[in-house]
Amino acid sequence: MSTQIAEADALPRPNYLNVKRSILSWLLTTDHKRIGILYLISITVFFLAGGLFAALIRIELLTPQADLVESDIYNRLFTLHGIIMIFFFLVPSIPAVLGNFLLPLMLGAKDLAFPRLNLLSWYLYWIGGVFAVVVLLQGGVDTGWTFYTPFSSFASNGNVVLAAAGGFVAGFSSILTGLNFIVTIHKMRAPGLTWFRLPLFVWAHYATSLIQVLATPVLGISLVLIMVERVWRVGIFDPTIGGDPVLFQHLFWFYSHPAVYIMILPGMGVVSEVITCFSRKRIFGYHMIAFSSLAIAILGFLVWGHHMFVSTQAMYTGIVFSILTMLVAIPSAIKVFNWTATLYKGQIYFEAPMLFVFGFLGLFTIGGLTGLFLGLLAADIHFHDTHFVVAHFHYVMVGGMVMAYLAGLHFWWPKMTGRMYNRQLAALAAILIFVGFNMTFFPQFILGALGMPRRYHVYNEEFQLLNVMSTAGAGVMGIGYLLPLIYMPLSLFVGKRAGANPWLAKGLEWTVPSPPTTYNFDHTPVVTEEPYAYDNRLHAAGMGQGE
Amino acid sequence: MQNLPIYPEQASTIARDFDLFLFVLLGLSVFFLGLIVLLVVFFSIRYRAGSRVNRELKSPDNYKLEIFWTVVPTLLVLLLFGWSTKIYFNYFRVPENAQEIFVTGKQWMWKTQHLNGRREINELHVPVNTPIKLTMTSEDVIHSLFVPEFRVKKDVLPGTYSTLWFEATKTGVFNLFCAEYCGTEHALMKGNVYVMELPEYQRWLEEGNTGDIAMASSGEHLFNRMGCVVCHREGSGARGPALTGLFGSEVQLTGGETTVADEAYLRESIMNPKAHVVAGYTPLMPTFEGQLSQDDIAQLISYIKSLDDAGDPGSAS
Ligand code: HEC
Ligand SMILES: [Cu+2]
Ligand SMILES: [Cu+2]
Repeated sequence: MSTQIAEADALPRPNYLNVKRSILSWLLTTDHKRIGILYLISITVFFLAGGLFAALIRIELLTPQADLVESDIYNRLFTLHGIIMIFFFLVPSIPAVLGNFLLPLMLGAKDLAFPRLNLLSWYLYWIGGVFAVVVLLQGGVDTGWTFYTPFSSFASNGNVVLAAAGGFVAGFSSILTGLNFIVTIHKMRAPGLTWFRLPLFVWAHYATSLIQVLATPVLGISLVLIMVERVWRVGIFDPTIGGDPVLFQHLFWFYSHPAVYIMILPGMGVVSEVITCFSRKRIFGYHMIAFSSLAIAILGFLVWGHHMFVSTQAMYTGIVFSILTMLVAIPSAIKVFNWTATLYKGQIYFEAPMLFVFGFLGLFTIGGLTGLFLGLLAADIHFHDTHFVVAHFHYVMVGGMVMAYLAGLHFWWPKMTGRMYNRQLAALAAILIFVGFNMTFFPQFILGALGMPRRYHVYNEEFQLLNVMSTAGAGVMGIGYLLPLIYMPLSLFVGKRAGANPWLAKGLEWTVPSPPTTYNFDHTPVVTEEPYAYDNRLHAAGMGQGE
Repeated sequence: MQNLPIYPEQASTIARDFDLFLFVLLGLSVFFLGLIVLLVVFFSIRYRAGSRVNRELKSPDNYKLEIFWTVVPTLLVLLLFGWSTKIYFNYFRVPENAQEIFVTGKQWMWKTQHLNGRREINELHVPVNTPIKLTMTSEDVIHSLFVPEFRVKKDVLPGTYSTLWFEATKTGVFNLFCAEYCGTEHALMKGNVYVMELPEYQRWLEEGNTGDIAMASSGEHLFNRMGCVVCHREGSGARGPALTGLFGSEVQLTGGETTVADEAYLRESIMNPKAHVVAGYTPLMPTFEGQLSQDDIAQLISYIKSLDDAGDPGSAS
């Protein structure tokens, strides 16, 4: 363990990072690992932009009056915060970064099935991203990320068409990634890697990809219809020219509810990998977890109407959507139970990835339970379109997905870079984010119950105290998010060499050097055992130490 | 900044049912969350790496347990679903004797009109212990009327009517919000609901009623002025159906369907007559789209409704 001498500290033989060094070799790469890194950098940029908007929103909400920004600016802030965080951060986050990087490694393959298509996805993502940036420079858009008609048809004074075009293009990036994953999982598994030997991360991505391929086109269609209506005044959603405004909500949520699962299923996959490794135990109920991913993907297509309980949707329609929503909650509950049971008789290590997973468990459970409030007809009538909803989906999307993303990033970072980050700082970040998150969003449940509608920057006096608490929490959370931005890149220069398997984890990705070589495996591996073949009785000596 | 409120007052009949349900739901959620948190904490401490405890597992899986925690939550959520749906029905069951008030949302204000013609902006005065039915429409985009203390909310759409009812149980001043994002001043599209004792409300209705004419009378006036009466007069030989007793009845449409003549139907019959054609009539009624304001339509509808009472117009006020 000679970390002092720079030579000895160099990373092993040519790897995917250092084979070629030119910028062009990155921009034209078809290596799934490099594309994963390209996405990592890209989504981090968008996360910072979205986070900046969130910060401005929270500062404005410190007082009941409009003081930092005026109405039109505020509306643009939450619109862009939503569009960027959803389409340019959450949807691509785990699949495009970790999924891209890991799927071939986990399957024992050289690359994804269509490497060039993979690169195209990244370019499409950026074309969509450039639209978003242009929208921003042109003065923004004020429809909310939901683009509801007929407001977006004729009343909005923002760049609706440009923003919709951006979402449309980015959608194709997502579709192509999904397609690539599905084919890869079907066709490129190593010998012996049967469906029920697949890591649950792969199952989760399979389910996610199905949704991406089947639901995203509907988003594309609805965005095109908005553009057609706005540009050529064809009556589709605008009742003054013969359209139906509620039709848009159906189309929009037909994508956007399943999209919620695009944004959480991959996170569930990460949790299964991390929780087994750091409790040194086989996952409890492998089949149930695998099938519940599929169940979520399928049932998720049948519940969109729960966003429309007060939209004048017919009474019986509401009832059908409510009961289906109750059913889709069950597979998520099963997963939480199974993860908890996995801890039983484990050998539990409190490494940073595991801390993020603990955070995930708590926050996702709250997010899921409050989802029941919104899926149950009577309760939703009061909570709909209030801060309760804002809190609920942040608990799922940020408390769930972002926590899982960070868990995954911390777990596989040594694999991706060959370096170990500062584990104490990472643990601190996990704790700060967890505490700050709850301080930020828990008060918003109460605000919602009190009746504070969402998208209000001017609000009644009685809501102020809770809003101040929320903003204070956001500050703590913000520091938590900034920490990894420091210690992760820093680890590239000062981090210890991680070695092939710093967590002593199971799975094919840990059998190759860190960072892997361009073609991943010297010989195609043959899989002979179940996933997660950990021995819970053994102490994992040297866990996380690196070489 | 004063003390910390955490839950809005309970000020309508439906809020009572709602709150009971909510507290049970909340209780169950806290129970499940507590269970998960306790287990995670307990396992984490007991099975922390290196602790000296028995880690022998009899079998890696436990199907009975898995079936248990699939079935029990399923039954529970189905029970909750049943209960919540029962309350949800009440939101649709508008009492027969509900007193009607017309509401129009527009960017960014609420306009209301009482049957006697009195209008308000961003205010809504209602009597306590009396069922109130709001017939609502929008002049532009979608809004949503929300009174947290009553636990009621309903979207307000352009081009059609939606209805919402409540019965206030407390006098006082409550919040009235627009819950659906509707553009620049969405956050300012709010006002107050004033719940008053019935006699006080009656006095209030009259006192402000200086120039206002009862909605049904204004409607009758319009009915004559716009030429509706030419086709819709009583007696044989009229080109259109008589409208007496129409409201609330079942209408036979060409094509075999039937529909109930509610506010939304009346509205559509006037603005888009071709959408639903009454059986036995030729669709020669012209559209009045663009010729009538939201207020005009509301008044015409009040008039048509007033024809219910044995053809005695104006009795509704
Ligand atoms: C040119 C004659 C004509 C005029 C003028 C006319 N209507 Fe009609 N209206 C009809 C006919 C014919 C029907 C039945 C066919 C249909 O449903 O379109 C009808 C149907 C209706 C109905 C539905 C009746 C039912 O039994 O379901 C309503 C309500 C109505 N008209 C209201 C009005 C109002 C209010 C006006 C004035 C603003 C008006 N009409 C002007 C001819 C007319
Ligand atoms: Cu949904
Ligand atoms: Cu509004």
